[in-house]
Amino acid sequence: MKFTKDHEWVRLEGDIAVVGITKHAADQLGDVVFVETPEAGKSVNRGDSFAVVESVKAASDVYAPVSGEVVEGNDALAGGPETVNADPEGDGWFAKIKVADPAEVEALMDRATYDQYVSTL
Amino acid sequence: MADAANTDLKTTPLNAAHRALGARMVGFGGYDMPVQYEGVLAEHRWTREHAGLFDVSHMGQARITGEDAAVQFERFVSNDFQGLKAGRQKYGLLLNEQGGVIDDLMAGRPDHDGLYVVVNAGNKDKDFALLEAGLEGDARLIRFDDRALLAIQGPEAAEVMAAHEPVLAEMGFMDSARLMLFGADCFVSRSGYTGEDGYEISVPADQAERIWNTLLQDARVKPIGLGARDSLRLEAGLPLHGHDIDETTSPVEAGLMFGLPKARRERGDFPGADRILKELADGPARKKVGLIVKEGAPAREGAEIADADGTVIGRVTSGGPSPTLGRNIALGFVPPSHAELGTELTVIVRGRPAAAEVVATPFVPSKYYRKPA
Repeated sequence: MKFTKDHEWVRLEGDIAVVGITKHAADQLGDVVFVETPEAGKSVNRGDSFAVVESVKAASDVYAPVSGEVVEGNDALAGGPETVNADPEGDGWFAKIKVADPAEVEALMDRATYDQYVSTL
Repeated sequence: MADAANTDLKTTPLNAAHRALGARMVGFGGYDMPVQYEGVLAEHRWTREHAGLFDVSHMGQARITGEDAAVQFERFVSNDFQGLKAGRQKYGLLLNEQGGVIDDLMAGRPDHDGLYVVVNAGNKDKDFALLEAGLEGDARLIRFDDRALLAIQGPEAAEVMAAHEPVLAEMGFMDSARLMLFGADCFVSRSGYTGEDGYEISVPADQAERIWNTLLQDARVKPIGLGARDSLRLEAGLPLHGHDIDETTSPVEAGLMFGLPKARRERGDFPGADRILKELADGPARKKVGLIVKEGAPAREGAEIADADGTVIGRVTSGGPSPTLGRNIALGFVPPSHAELGTELTVIVRGRPAAAEVVATPFVPSKYYRKPA
């Protein structure tokens, strides 16, 4: 699994990147009450706002950690946004993206580097 | 999202207590305040079902002393404070010459020594400076910067407090008292900002942590952060200054005319009377409404409100999920032609229109304690 400074994670399954927000991000948001995931077919560039996650207090953008085409959004989150808190790095995934450039994934932080980064916040 | 200490922020006397409880702290009104302890939803529900304890020491407390206190106060503030009986408090609006709301406040007569006033944290320096400069005769404003303010709110709040001081159970909604409580000189009102029964308790700063911890020893009481305070007040339909009301909003537009009774309207002796009385006679250009958002994401502050044709007619001033109703609710302003209950509108969230309907507020029925007659 790889990580961004904006607290997204990426898990590669072949050339498909499963992406979500980290446990740290979910904990910081608190109770998630609404999630908007992208529709299949949407083309995203790394850094684009491609999903929205809302707590009681506020709406936050989720940024695409890699460029490519969305092949699936996690529709289950519409009816069960609390999954993002319960299992942020598993069932709480946001979308699957067909990776355009594998080098973008390689460039992301590994777990140890991300944990170190979080500890400095 | 960082949780680092911000040295520009002031602290309340309970700052260490919040940190010891593991609260997440945020800046609000110039203070380092707890936004949540265990989680906004759990805290919201606990307050609706049991008793929530809030640190609201960031709010401004003061006394206005002197024989002329009420007369002088009324030169700046709506409502009838000359007619305020000892042991009672009223909601008032600090008005500017344009009839806008500089701040909203509570002022009571806990004893026979003038008024005890509570104003919003972010406005207190401005409010108090204005009053200090303007009060005449023997009226004097004395800031209570050496006091903390606690709120205990919820259906079990009265029982919790009665265990410490039985006389508190005798107070009715909007009663105000000064008494020894927990061995300290306290100002107590039966009021709050959640729609629940409960009390606001002003305590000496050096006693605050002891009293806070004493109250938390009761299993019915949990600490509640500002996150749930905001969702609770939104469900109660209560406006938040700086969001739902500000220096451009008139009390007529905001539906706050209960804070400007007949005697004052007839005298017209308050700032901005020209505009306010004209709006009363002719109707305001816009009115505050409650909205239920029937689909999609919560509509938050700043979201546009459109009519059936898609024409933008107003804006949301507060909004979010209602944990009690399980629906998204909002407050906003629209022309009176679109303010009737049941009017179908749309709110535009991230470019997408979502169906909404004008509904009565409070969204969740209030449970203020009315003394039996």
